Amino acid sequence: MGILDKHKFIETNASLLLVLSFIVVTIGGIVEIAPLFYIQNTIEKVEGVRPYTPLELAGRDIYIREGCYVCHSQMIRPMRDEVERYGHYSLAAESMYDHPFQWGSKRTGPDLARVGGRYSDAWHVDHLSNPQAVVPESVMPKYAFLSNAEIDGKYIEDIMKTHRIVGVPYTDDDLTNAVADFKAQADPNADSAGLEERYKKVNIANFDGKPALTEMDALIAYLQVLGTMVDFSTFIPDPTR
Amino acid sequence: MCAKQVKKVEREVPTTGHTWDGIQEFDNPMPRWWVWVFYACIVWGIGYTIAYPAWPLINGHTQGIYGSTERANVEADIKAFDDANAPIKAKLVAADLASIPSNDELKTFAVSAGASIFKNNCAQCHGSGAAGVQGKGYPNLLDNDWLWGGDMEAIHTTITHGIRNTTDPDARLSEMPKFGADGILEKDQINQVVEHVLAISGQEHDATLAAAGVTVFAENCAACHGPEGKGDRTLGAPNLTDAIWLYGGDRATLTYTVTNARYGVMPAWNTRLSEDEIRAVATYVHSLGGGE
Repeated sequence: MGILDKHKFIETNASLLLVLSFIVVTIGGIVEIAPLFYIQNTIEKVEGVRPYTPLELAGRDIYIREGCYVCHSQMIRPMRDEVERYGHYSLAAESMYDHPFQWGSKRTGPDLARVGGRYSDAWHVDHLSNPQAVVPESVMPKYAFLSNAEIDGKYIEDIMKTHRIVGVPYTDDDLTNAVADFKAQADPNADSAGLEERYKKVNIANFDGKPALTEMDALIAYLQVLGTMVDFSTFIPDPTR
Repeated sequence: MCAKQVKKVEREVPTTGHTWDGIQEFDNPMPRWWVWVFYACIVWGIGYTIAYPAWPLINGHTQGIYGSTERANVEADIKAFDDANAPIKAKLVAADLASIPSNDELKTFAVSAGASIFKNNCAQCHGSGAAGVQGKGYPNLLDNDWLWGGDMEAIHTTITHGIRNTTDPDARLSEMPKFGADGILEKDQINQVVEHVLAISGQEHDATLAAAGVTVFAENCAACHGPEGKGDRTLGAPNLTDAIWLYGGDRATLTYTVTNARYGVMPAWNTRLSEDEIRAVATYVHSLGGGE
Protein backbone atom coordinates (compact mmCIF):
# COMPACT_ATOMS: atom_id res chain seq x y z
CA MET A 1 0.00 0.00 0.00
CA GLY A 2 3.01 2.28 0.34
CA ILE A 3 1.98 5.89 0.88
CA LEU A 4 -1.52 4.99 2.05
CA ASP A 5 0.01 3.26 5.09
CA LYS A 6 1.45 6.60 6.17
CA HIS A 7 -2.00 8.00 7.03
CA LYS A 8 -1.47 7.20 10.67
CA PHE A 9 1.47 9.58 10.66
CA ILE A 10 -0.69 12.35 9.19
CA GLU A 11 -3.63 11.68 11.44
CA THR A 12 -1.53 11.83 14.57
CA ASN A 13 0.05 15.17 13.64
CA ALA A 14 -2.72 17.76 13.84
CA SER A 15 -0.67 20.57 12.32
CA LEU A 16 0.43 18.48 9.37
CA LEU A 17 -3.18 17.34 8.85
CA LEU A 18 -4.28 20.99 8.81
CA VAL A 19 -1.62 22.00 6.29
CA LEU A 20 -2.37 19.10 3.97
CA SER A 21 -6.16 19.68 4.24
CA PHE A 22 -5.58 23.29 3.32
CA ILE A 23 -3.57 22.29 0.26
CA VAL A 24 -6.35 19.97 -0.93
CA VAL A 25 -9.01 22.67 -0.47
CA THR A 26 -6.79 25.19 -2.28
CA ILE A 27 -6.44 22.92 -5.30
CA GLY A 28 -10.22 22.60 -5.44
CA GLY A 29 -10.62 26.35 -5.16
CA ILE A 30 -8.08 27.09 -7.89
CA VAL A 31 -9.75 24.68 -10.29
CA GLU A 32 -13.12 26.31 -9.71
CA ILE A 33 -12.21 29.97 -9.46
CA ALA A 34 -9.04 30.55 -11.49
CA PRO A 35 -10.63 30.01 -14.93
CA LEU A 36 -13.05 32.88 -14.22
CA PHE A 37 -10.11 35.25 -14.18
CA TYR A 38 -8.46 34.17 -17.40
CA ILE A 39 -11.33 32.97 -19.59
CA GLN A 40 -12.08 36.05 -21.65
CA ASN A 41 -15.66 35.03 -22.31
CA THR A 42 -16.74 35.00 -18.67
CA ILE A 43 -18.17 38.46 -19.17
CA GLU A 44 -19.14 38.90 -22.79
CA LYS A 45 -18.49 42.23 -24.44
CA VAL A 46 -21.71 44.18 -24.50
CA GLU A 47 -22.32 47.59 -26.00
CA GLY A 48 -23.83 50.26 -23.80
CA VAL A 49 -23.00 49.28 -20.22
CA ARG A 50 -21.56 52.27 -18.40
CA PRO A 51 -20.70 52.99 -14.76
CA TYR A 52 -23.48 54.49 -12.66
CA THR A 53 -23.78 58.27 -12.53
CA PRO A 54 -23.06 59.81 -9.12
CA LEU A 55 -26.79 60.20 -8.38
CA GLU A 56 -27.58 56.64 -9.49
CA LEU A 57 -24.71 55.37 -7.38
CA ALA A 58 -26.11 57.22 -4.35
CA GLY A 59 -29.51 55.72 -5.11
CA ARG A 60 -27.95 52.30 -5.28
CA ASP A 61 -26.47 52.80 -1.82
CA ILE A 62 -29.94 53.75 -0.54
CA TYR A 63 -31.32 50.61 -2.21
CA ILE A 64 -28.76 48.55 -0.33
CA ARG A 65 -29.18 50.47 2.94
CA GLU A 66 -32.95 49.95 2.94
CA GLY A 67 -32.49 46.28 2.21
CA CYS A 68 -34.47 46.31 -1.01
CA TYR A 69 -32.44 43.27 -2.08
CA VAL A 70 -34.06 41.28 0.72
CA CYS A 71 -37.30 41.14 -1.28
CA HIS A 72 -36.21 42.06 -4.83
CA SER A 73 -33.76 40.21 -7.04
CA GLN A 74 -32.00 41.78 -10.00
CA MET A 75 -31.39 38.85 -12.25
CA ILE A 76 -33.74 37.57 -14.91
CA ARG A 77 -32.85 33.93 -15.43
CA PRO A 78 -32.95 32.32 -18.86
CA MET A 79 -36.31 30.63 -18.36
CA ARG A 80 -39.47 31.27 -20.37
CA ASP A 81 -41.67 32.48 -17.51
CA GLU A 82 -39.06 34.99 -16.38
CA VAL A 83 -38.26 36.30 -19.84
CA GLU A 84 -41.96 36.68 -20.67
CA ARG A 85 -42.61 38.51 -17.44
CA TYR A 86 -39.55 40.69 -16.90
CA GLY A 87 -37.87 40.98 -20.28
CA HIS A 88 -34.62 39.74 -21.77
CA TYR A 89 -32.58 37.53 -19.43
CA SER A 90 -29.80 39.32 -17.61
CA LEU A 91 -26.23 39.33 -18.89
CA ALA A 92 -23.15 39.22 -16.70
CA ALA A 93 -21.95 42.48 -18.26
CA GLU A 94 -25.03 44.30 -17.03
CA SER A 95 -23.86 43.99 -13.43
CA MET A 96 -20.13 44.33 -14.12
CA TYR A 97 -20.01 47.69 -12.32
CA ASP A 98 -22.10 46.51 -9.37
CA HIS A 99 -20.09 46.18 -6.17
CA PRO A 100 -21.62 44.17 -4.63
CA PHE A 101 -23.96 42.75 -7.26
CA GLN A 102 -27.68 42.69 -6.45
CA TRP A 103 -28.65 39.43 -8.17
CA GLY A 104 -30.34 38.00 -5.12
CA SER A 105 -32.28 34.77 -4.84
CA LYS A 106 -35.30 35.86 -2.81
CA ARG A 107 -38.36 37.35 -4.46
CA THR A 108 -41.11 38.62 -2.23
CA GLY A 109 -41.54 41.42 -4.74
CA PRO A 110 -40.82 41.22 -8.45
CA ASP A 111 -37.41 41.15 -10.07
CA LEU A 112 -36.12 44.66 -10.73
CA ALA A 113 -33.36 43.96 -13.23
CA ARG A 114 -35.35 45.71 -16.01
CA VAL A 115 -37.62 48.01 -14.03
CA GLY A 116 -36.00 51.09 -15.61
CA GLY A 117 -38.43 53.05 -17.78
CA ARG A 118 -41.25 50.68 -17.02
CA TYR A 119 -43.15 53.17 -14.86
CA SER A 120 -43.20 56.95 -14.68
CA ASP A 121 -41.15 58.84 -12.10
CA ALA A 122 -44.39 60.04 -10.50
CA TRP A 123 -45.52 56.44 -10.11
CA HIS A 124 -42.28 55.60 -8.30
CA VAL A 125 -42.84 58.52 -5.91
CA ASP A 126 -46.42 57.43 -5.22
CA HIS A 127 -45.42 53.79 -4.93
CA LEU A 128 -42.37 54.26 -2.71
CA SER A 129 -44.25 56.69 -0.47
CA ASN A 130 -47.21 54.39 -0.02
CA PRO A 131 -47.14 51.21 -2.12
CA GLN A 132 -50.70 50.24 -1.19
CA ALA A 133 -52.04 53.53 -2.59
CA VAL A 134 -51.27 52.38 -6.12
CA VAL A 135 -51.00 48.61 -5.69
CA PRO A 136 -53.51 47.61 -3.00
CA GLU A 137 -52.32 43.97 -3.07
CA SER A 138 -48.74 44.94 -2.18
CA VAL A 139 -47.02 43.97 1.08
CA MET A 140 -44.16 46.41 0.58
CA PRO A 141 -43.33 48.78 3.45
CA LYS A 142 -43.64 52.54 3.01
CA TYR A 143 -40.57 54.63 2.22
CA ALA A 144 -42.15 58.11 2.33
CA PHE A 145 -39.32 59.39 4.54
CA LEU A 146 -36.97 59.30 1.55
CA SER A 147 -38.71 62.46 0.31
CA ASN A 148 -37.66 64.30 3.46
CA ALA A 149 -34.03 63.18 3.51
CA GLU A 150 -32.09 65.85 1.64
CA ILE A 151 -28.75 64.93 0.14
CA ASP A 152 -25.92 67.03 -1.25
CA GLY A 153 -23.45 64.50 -2.62
CA LYS A 154 -20.85 65.43 -0.04
CA TYR A 155 -19.16 62.03 -0.02
CA ILE A 156 -20.03 60.88 -3.52
CA GLU A 157 -16.51 61.49 -4.84
CA ASP A 158 -15.06 59.27 -2.10
CA ILE A 159 -17.61 56.57 -2.87
CA MET A 160 -16.69 56.73 -6.56
CA LYS A 161 -13.00 56.51 -5.68
CA THR A 162 -13.75 53.38 -3.68
CA HIS A 163 -15.56 51.91 -6.66
CA ARG A 164 -12.58 52.79 -8.84
CA ILE A 165 -10.31 50.78 -6.54
CA VAL A 166 -12.40 47.68 -7.19
CA GLY A 167 -12.34 48.21 -10.94
CA VAL A 168 -15.09 50.61 -12.00
CA PRO A 169 -13.50 52.82 -14.69
CA TYR A 170 -14.37 56.25 -13.31
CA THR A 171 -12.01 58.79 -14.85
CA ASP A 172 -10.37 61.69 -13.02
CA ASP A 173 -12.80 63.89 -14.91
CA ASP A 174 -15.74 61.90 -13.50
CA LEU A 175 -14.39 62.34 -9.98
CA THR A 176 -13.72 66.07 -10.31
CA ASN A 177 -17.25 66.67 -11.56
CA ALA A 178 -18.91 64.18 -9.22
CA VAL A 179 -20.79 66.66 -7.06
CA ALA A 180 -21.82 68.84 -10.01
CA ASP A 181 -23.07 65.79 -11.94
CA PHE A 182 -24.81 64.56 -8.81
CA LYS A 183 -26.88 67.74 -8.64
CA ALA A 184 -27.31 68.24 -12.38
CA GLN A 185 -29.01 64.91 -12.98
CA ALA A 186 -31.99 65.86 -10.82
CA ASP A 187 -32.32 69.36 -12.28
CA PRO A 188 -33.60 69.60 -15.87
CA ASN A 189 -32.68 73.29 -15.92
CA ALA A 190 -29.02 72.77 -15.02
CA ASP A 191 -26.22 72.73 -17.58
CA SER A 192 -25.93 69.03 -18.20
CA ALA A 193 -23.67 68.91 -21.26
CA GLY A 194 -20.76 67.49 -19.26
CA LEU A 195 -22.95 64.97 -17.48
CA GLU A 196 -24.40 63.73 -20.77
CA GLU A 197 -20.95 63.42 -22.27
CA ARG A 198 -19.57 61.47 -19.34
CA TYR A 199 -22.54 59.12 -18.94
CA LYS A 200 -24.22 57.77 -22.07
CA LYS A 201 -28.01 58.04 -22.32
CA VAL A 202 -28.24 59.58 -18.83
CA ASN A 203 -31.79 60.19 -17.68
CA ILE A 204 -32.07 63.79 -16.42
CA ALA A 205 -35.25 64.68 -14.58
CA ASN A 206 -36.59 66.13 -11.38
CA PHE A 207 -37.43 62.61 -10.33
CA ASP A 208 -39.59 63.35 -7.29
CA GLY A 209 -41.14 66.51 -8.73
CA LYS A 210 -40.10 68.58 -5.72
CA PRO A 211 -37.45 71.31 -5.61
CA ALA A 212 -35.17 69.73 -2.99
CA LEU A 213 -32.67 67.04 -3.94
CA THR A 214 -33.61 64.08 -1.77
CA GLU A 215 -32.92 60.39 -1.36
CA MET A 216 -36.16 59.85 -3.28
CA ASP A 217 -34.57 61.48 -6.35
CA ALA A 218 -31.47 59.32 -6.03
CA LEU A 219 -33.34 56.05 -5.58
CA ILE A 220 -35.66 56.73 -8.53
CA ALA A 221 -32.69 57.75 -10.71
CA TYR A 222 -31.17 54.38 -9.87
CA LEU A 223 -34.38 52.40 -10.46
CA GLN A 224 -34.99 54.13 -13.80
CA VAL A 225 -31.60 53.10 -15.19
CA LEU A 226 -31.87 49.43 -14.23
CA GLY A 227 -31.70 47.18 -17.26
CA THR A 228 -31.85 50.03 -19.77
CA MET A 229 -28.19 50.26 -20.75
CA VAL A 230 -28.12 47.43 -23.28
CA ASP A 231 -30.16 47.86 -26.44
CA PHE A 232 -31.45 44.38 -27.18
CA SER A 233 -32.89 45.44 -30.51
CA THR A 234 -29.33 45.60 -31.84
CA PHE A 235 -27.50 43.19 -29.54
CA ILE A 236 -28.02 39.46 -29.81
CA PRO A 237 -26.24 37.45 -27.14
CA ASP A 238 -24.16 34.45 -28.17
CA PRO A 239 -26.36 31.40 -27.54
CA THR A 240 -23.42 29.08 -26.82
CA ARG A 241 -22.53 30.68 -23.51
CA MET B 1 -35.85 1.67 34.12
CA CYS B 2 -34.73 -0.97 31.74
CA ALA B 3 -34.25 -4.10 33.72
CA LYS B 4 -32.71 -6.16 30.99
CA GLN B 5 -29.15 -5.41 30.19
CA VAL B 6 -28.54 -5.52 26.46
CA LYS B 7 -26.09 -8.27 25.94
CA LYS B 8 -22.97 -7.30 24.17
CA VAL B 9 -22.89 -9.14 20.88
CA GLU B 10 -19.60 -10.72 20.13
CA ARG B 11 -18.89 -10.29 16.46
CA GLU B 12 -16.20 -11.73 14.34
CA VAL B 13 -15.22 -8.45 12.77
CA PRO B 14 -11.62 -7.51 12.19
CA THR B 15 -10.37 -4.31 13.72
CA THR B 16 -8.34 -1.70 11.95
CA GLY B 17 -5.56 -2.20 14.40
CA HIS B 18 -5.79 1.36 15.69
CA THR B 19 -5.89 1.66 19.44
CA TRP B 20 -6.66 4.98 21.10
CA ASP B 21 -6.83 5.00 24.86
CA GLY B 22 -7.86 1.36 24.73
CA ILE B 23 -10.62 1.98 22.21
CA GLN B 24 -10.49 -0.17 19.11
CA GLU B 25 -12.01 0.55 15.72
CA PHE B 26 -13.99 -2.13 13.88
CA ASP B 27 -13.26 -2.48 10.24
CA ASN B 28 -16.83 -3.16 9.02
CA PRO B 29 -17.31 -3.20 5.26
CA MET B 30 -19.47 -0.44 3.75
CA PRO B 31 -23.05 -1.56 2.96
CA ARG B 32 -23.05 -2.97 -0.54
CA TRP B 33 -25.98 -0.78 -1.72
CA TRP B 34 -24.08 2.29 -0.62
CA VAL B 35 -20.96 1.25 -2.47
CA TRP B 36 -22.89 0.61 -5.67
CA VAL B 37 -24.69 3.94 -5.48
CA PHE B 38 -21.30 5.57 -4.97
CA TYR B 39 -19.86 3.89 -8.09
CA ALA B 40 -22.98 4.75 -10.06
CA CYS B 41 -22.60 8.41 -9.11
CA ILE B 42 -19.04 8.44 -10.41
CA VAL B 43 -20.11 6.90 -13.71
CA TRP B 44 -23.05 9.33 -13.97
CA GLY B 45 -20.72 12.24 -13.19
CA ILE B 46 -18.34 11.28 -15.97
CA GLY B 47 -21.23 10.88 -18.39
CA TYR B 48 -22.61 14.28 -17.37
CA THR B 49 -19.36 16.12 -18.04
CA ILE B 50 -19.27 14.53 -21.50
CA ALA B 51 -22.89 15.33 -22.30
CA TYR B 52 -23.15 18.85 -20.90
CA PRO B 53 -20.94 21.95 -20.59
CA ALA B 54 -18.44 21.27 -17.84
CA TRP B 55 -14.70 21.77 -18.01
CA PRO B 56 -12.98 25.12 -18.20
CA LEU B 57 -10.37 25.32 -20.97
CA ILE B 58 -7.99 28.07 -22.02
CA ASN B 59 -10.39 30.03 -24.24
CA GLY B 60 -13.75 28.75 -23.19
CA HIS B 61 -15.28 25.61 -21.86
CA THR B 62 -16.32 22.20 -23.13
CA GLN B 63 -19.74 22.47 -24.78
CA GLY B 64 -20.83 18.86 -24.20
CA ILE B 65 -21.97 16.56 -26.97
CA TYR B 66 -25.55 17.86 -26.84
CA GLY B 67 -24.40 21.47 -27.14
CA SER B 68 -27.09 22.31 -24.61
CA THR B 69 -27.19 25.86 -23.21
CA GLU B 70 -29.74 27.67 -21.08
CA ARG B 71 -29.88 30.49 -23.60
CA ALA B 72 -30.69 28.19 -26.49
CA ASN B 73 -33.22 26.32 -24.36
CA VAL B 74 -35.16 29.40 -23.34
CA GLU B 75 -35.16 30.63 -26.92
CA ALA B 76 -36.55 27.30 -28.10
CA ASP B 77 -39.16 27.32 -25.31
CA ILE B 78 -40.41 30.76 -26.27
CA LYS B 79 -40.29 29.94 -29.97
CA ALA B 80 -42.44 26.84 -29.43
CA PHE B 81 -45.23 28.96 -27.92
CA ASP B 82 -44.78 31.73 -30.47
CA ASP B 83 -45.01 29.22 -33.29
CA ALA B 84 -48.15 27.67 -31.82
CA ASN B 85 -49.82 31.10 -31.77
CA ALA B 86 -48.19 32.40 -34.93
CA PRO B 87 -51.20 32.03 -37.28
CA ILE B 88 -53.62 33.90 -35.03
CA LYS B 89 -51.01 36.51 -34.09
CA ALA B 90 -50.36 37.14 -37.77
CA LYS B 91 -54.08 37.61 -38.31
CA LEU B 92 -54.24 39.97 -35.35
CA VAL B 93 -51.41 42.10 -36.72
CA ALA B 94 -52.84 42.09 -40.24
CA ALA B 95 -56.39 42.94 -39.20
CA ASP B 96 -57.80 46.43 -39.37
CA LEU B 97 -57.60 47.71 -35.78
CA ALA B 98 -61.20 48.86 -35.64
CA SER B 99 -62.47 45.48 -36.83
CA ILE B 100 -60.81 43.40 -34.09
CA PRO B 101 -63.54 43.84 -31.41
CA SER B 102 -66.22 42.64 -33.83
CA ASN B 103 -64.23 39.63 -35.00
CA ASP B 104 -65.09 36.83 -32.57
CA GLU B 105 -62.03 34.71 -33.24
CA LEU B 106 -59.57 37.56 -32.88
CA LYS B 107 -61.39 39.15 -29.97
CA THR B 108 -61.42 35.94 -27.93
CA PHE B 109 -57.70 35.48 -28.40
CA ALA B 110 -56.81 39.15 -27.93
CA VAL B 111 -58.87 39.65 -24.78
CA SER B 112 -57.40 36.66 -22.98
CA ALA B 113 -53.84 37.38 -24.14
CA GLY B 114 -54.37 41.06 -23.36
CA ALA B 115 -55.65 40.33 -19.87
CA SER B 116 -52.41 38.65 -18.86
CA ILE B 117 -50.30 41.34 -20.53
CA PHE B 118 -52.35 43.94 -18.66
CA LYS B 119 -51.81 42.26 -15.30
CA ASN B 120 -48.07 42.11 -15.83
CA ASN B 121 -47.48 45.55 -17.30
CA CYS B 122 -50.39 47.89 -16.74
CA ALA B 123 -51.95 46.88 -13.41
CA GLN B 124 -49.26 48.61 -11.33
CA CYS B 125 -50.65 52.02 -12.35
CA HIS B 126 -54.14 51.32 -13.69
CA GLY B 127 -54.98 48.75 -10.99
CA SER B 128 -55.45 45.00 -11.38
CA GLY B 129 -59.13 45.63 -12.16
CA ALA B 130 -58.25 48.55 -14.50
CA ALA B 131 -60.14 51.03 -12.32
CA GLY B 132 -57.08 53.29 -12.07
CA VAL B 133 -56.15 55.03 -8.86
CA GLN B 134 -58.68 57.72 -8.04
CA GLY B 135 -57.21 61.09 -7.22
CA LYS B 136 -53.66 60.03 -8.10
CA GLY B 137 -53.81 60.64 -11.81
CA TYR B 138 -53.90 57.02 -13.00
CA PRO B 139 -56.94 56.93 -15.30
CA ASN B 140 -59.81 54.54 -14.87
CA LEU B 141 -60.05 52.39 -18.00
CA LEU B 142 -63.47 50.93 -17.22
CA ASP B 143 -65.57 54.00 -17.98
CA ASN B 144 -66.19 55.83 -21.25
CA ASP B 145 -64.39 58.99 -20.14
CA TRP B 146 -61.23 59.06 -22.27
CA LEU B 147 -58.44 61.61 -22.20
CA TRP B 148 -56.92 60.80 -25.59
CA GLY B 149 -59.71 58.81 -27.19
CA GLY B 150 -61.27 55.42 -26.64
CA ASP B 151 -61.50 53.78 -30.03
CA MET B 152 -59.13 50.98 -30.97
CA GLU B 153 -56.88 53.29 -32.97
CA ALA B 154 -56.50 55.77 -30.11
CA ILE B 155 -55.92 53.14 -27.43
CA HIS B 156 -53.38 51.42 -29.68
CA THR B 157 -51.47 54.67 -30.22
CA THR B 158 -51.48 55.49 -26.53
CA ILE B 159 -50.08 52.09 -25.56
CA THR B 160 -47.53 52.05 -28.37
CA HIS B 161 -45.99 55.47 -27.74
CA GLY B 162 -47.15 56.38 -24.26
CA ILE B 163 -47.99 59.81 -22.95
CA ARG B 164 -45.57 62.69 -22.27
CA ASN B 165 -42.55 60.41 -21.84
CA THR B 166 -39.07 61.47 -22.88
CA THR B 167 -38.10 58.22 -24.56
CA ASP B 168 -40.51 58.08 -27.51
CA PRO B 169 -40.59 61.06 -29.90
CA ASP B 170 -44.09 60.01 -31.02
CA ALA B 171 -45.49 60.04 -27.50
CA ARG B 172 -48.65 62.09 -27.09
CA LEU B 173 -47.71 65.40 -25.63
CA SER B 174 -49.44 68.36 -24.09
CA GLU B 175 -48.52 70.49 -21.15
CA MET B 176 -50.78 72.44 -18.87
CA PRO B 177 -49.17 75.71 -17.77
CA LYS B 178 -48.45 76.22 -14.08
CA PHE B 179 -50.85 79.13 -13.81
CA GLY B 180 -49.96 79.95 -10.21
CA ALA B 181 -46.39 78.75 -9.83
CA ASP B 182 -45.27 80.50 -13.02
CA GLY B 183 -47.19 83.69 -12.23
CA ILE B 184 -49.58 83.57 -15.18
CA LEU B 185 -52.62 84.14 -12.97
CA GLU B 186 -53.03 86.06 -9.75
CA LYS B 187 -54.21 84.26 -6.68
CA ASP B 188 -57.73 85.72 -6.84
CA GLN B 189 -57.98 84.89 -10.53
CA ILE B 190 -57.20 81.28 -9.65
CA ASN B 191 -59.88 81.34 -6.98
CA GLN B 192 -62.34 82.70 -9.54
CA VAL B 193 -61.56 80.11 -12.17
CA VAL B 194 -61.74 77.32 -9.60
CA GLU B 195 -65.24 78.50 -8.63
CA HIS B 196 -66.15 78.54 -12.32
CA VAL B 197 -64.96 74.95 -12.73
CA LEU B 198 -66.92 73.99 -9.63
CA ALA B 199 -69.94 75.66 -11.25
CA ILE B 200 -69.69 73.92 -14.63
CA SER B 201 -69.15 70.56 -12.95
CA GLY B 202 -72.36 71.06 -11.00
CA GLN B 203 -70.81 71.45 -7.57
CA GLU B 204 -71.47 73.88 -4.77
CA HIS B 205 -69.78 77.19 -5.59
CA ASP B 206 -69.62 80.92 -4.94
CA ALA B 207 -71.72 82.46 -7.74
CA THR B 208 -70.00 85.87 -7.73
CA LEU B 209 -66.49 84.43 -7.98
CA ALA B 210 -67.66 81.90 -10.56
CA ALA B 211 -69.11 84.66 -12.74
CA ALA B 212 -65.78 86.48 -12.62
CA GLY B 213 -64.08 83.18 -13.45
CA VAL B 214 -65.87 82.92 -16.80
CA THR B 215 -63.50 85.42 -18.41
CA VAL B 216 -60.43 83.92 -16.78
CA PHE B 217 -61.49 80.52 -18.06
CA ALA B 218 -62.19 81.80 -21.57
CA GLU B 219 -58.80 83.50 -21.77
CA ASN B 220 -56.64 80.85 -20.18
CA CYS B 221 -58.32 77.44 -20.14
CA ALA B 222 -60.72 77.31 -23.06
CA ALA B 223 -57.95 76.84 -25.64
CA CYS B 224 -57.46 73.28 -24.40
CA HIS B 225 -60.50 72.46 -22.29
CA GLY B 226 -62.93 74.02 -24.79
CA PRO B 227 -65.20 77.03 -24.31
CA GLU B 228 -67.66 74.93 -22.33
CA GLY B 229 -64.99 72.99 -20.48
CA LYS B 230 -65.86 69.76 -22.24
CA GLY B 231 -62.23 68.96 -22.89
CA ASP B 232 -60.32 68.16 -26.07
CA ARG B 233 -59.10 64.69 -26.84
CA THR B 234 -56.52 65.82 -29.35
CA LEU B 235 -54.74 67.56 -26.47
CA GLY B 236 -55.56 65.09 -23.75
CA ALA B 237 -57.45 67.86 -21.96
CA PRO B 238 -60.02 66.36 -19.60
CA ASN B 239 -63.70 67.16 -19.67
CA LEU B 240 -64.28 69.39 -16.63
CA THR B 241 -68.05 69.25 -16.69
CA ASP B 242 -68.54 65.61 -15.72
CA ALA B 243 -68.12 64.23 -12.24
CA ILE B 244 -65.08 62.18 -13.25
CA TRP B 245 -61.80 63.57 -11.97
CA LEU B 246 -58.29 62.39 -12.59
CA TYR B 247 -56.76 64.15 -9.61
CA GLY B 248 -59.85 65.23 -7.70
CA GLY B 249 -62.54 67.84 -8.21
CA ASP B 250 -62.82 69.49 -4.81
CA ARG B 251 -61.88 73.11 -4.25
CA ALA B 252 -58.46 72.44 -2.70
CA THR B 253 -57.38 69.95 -5.36
CA LEU B 254 -58.58 72.16 -8.22
CA THR B 255 -56.65 75.09 -6.75
CA TYR B 256 -53.54 72.94 -6.54
CA THR B 257 -54.03 71.69 -10.10
CA VAL B 258 -54.46 75.18 -11.56
CA THR B 259 -51.52 76.50 -9.54
CA ASN B 260 -48.99 73.73 -10.22
CA ALA B 261 -50.48 71.96 -13.26
CA ARG B 262 -50.41 68.21 -13.82
CA TYR B 263 -48.14 66.21 -16.04
CA GLY B 264 -49.17 62.58 -16.12
CA VAL B 265 -46.60 60.36 -17.82
CA MET B 266 -47.12 56.95 -19.36
CA PRO B 267 -44.15 54.97 -20.70
CA ALA B 268 -44.02 53.83 -24.31
CA TRP B 269 -44.62 50.10 -24.57
CA ASN B 270 -43.35 49.42 -28.06
CA THR B 271 -39.91 48.77 -26.60
CA ARG B 272 -41.23 46.01 -24.32
CA LEU B 273 -44.26 44.60 -26.13
CA SER B 274 -44.51 43.31 -29.68
CA GLU B 275 -47.14 44.62 -32.09
CA ASP B 276 -49.42 41.62 -31.52
CA GLU B 277 -49.12 42.06 -27.75
CA ILE B 278 -49.96 45.77 -27.99
CA ARG B 279 -52.99 44.94 -30.15
CA ALA B 280 -54.08 42.26 -27.69
CA VAL B 281 -53.89 44.53 -24.67
CA ALA B 282 -55.57 47.36 -26.60
CA THR B 283 -58.45 45.02 -27.39
CA TYR B 284 -58.62 43.99 -23.75
CA VAL B 285 -58.80 47.62 -22.59
CA HIS B 286 -61.34 48.35 -25.32
CA SER B 287 -63.48 45.45 -24.11
CA LEU B 288 -63.63 46.64 -20.50
CA GLY B 289 -66.73 48.74 -21.02
CA GLY B 290 -65.72 52.11 -22.35
CA GLY B 291 -64.50 51.11 -25.81
CA GLU B 292 -65.81 53.26 -28.62
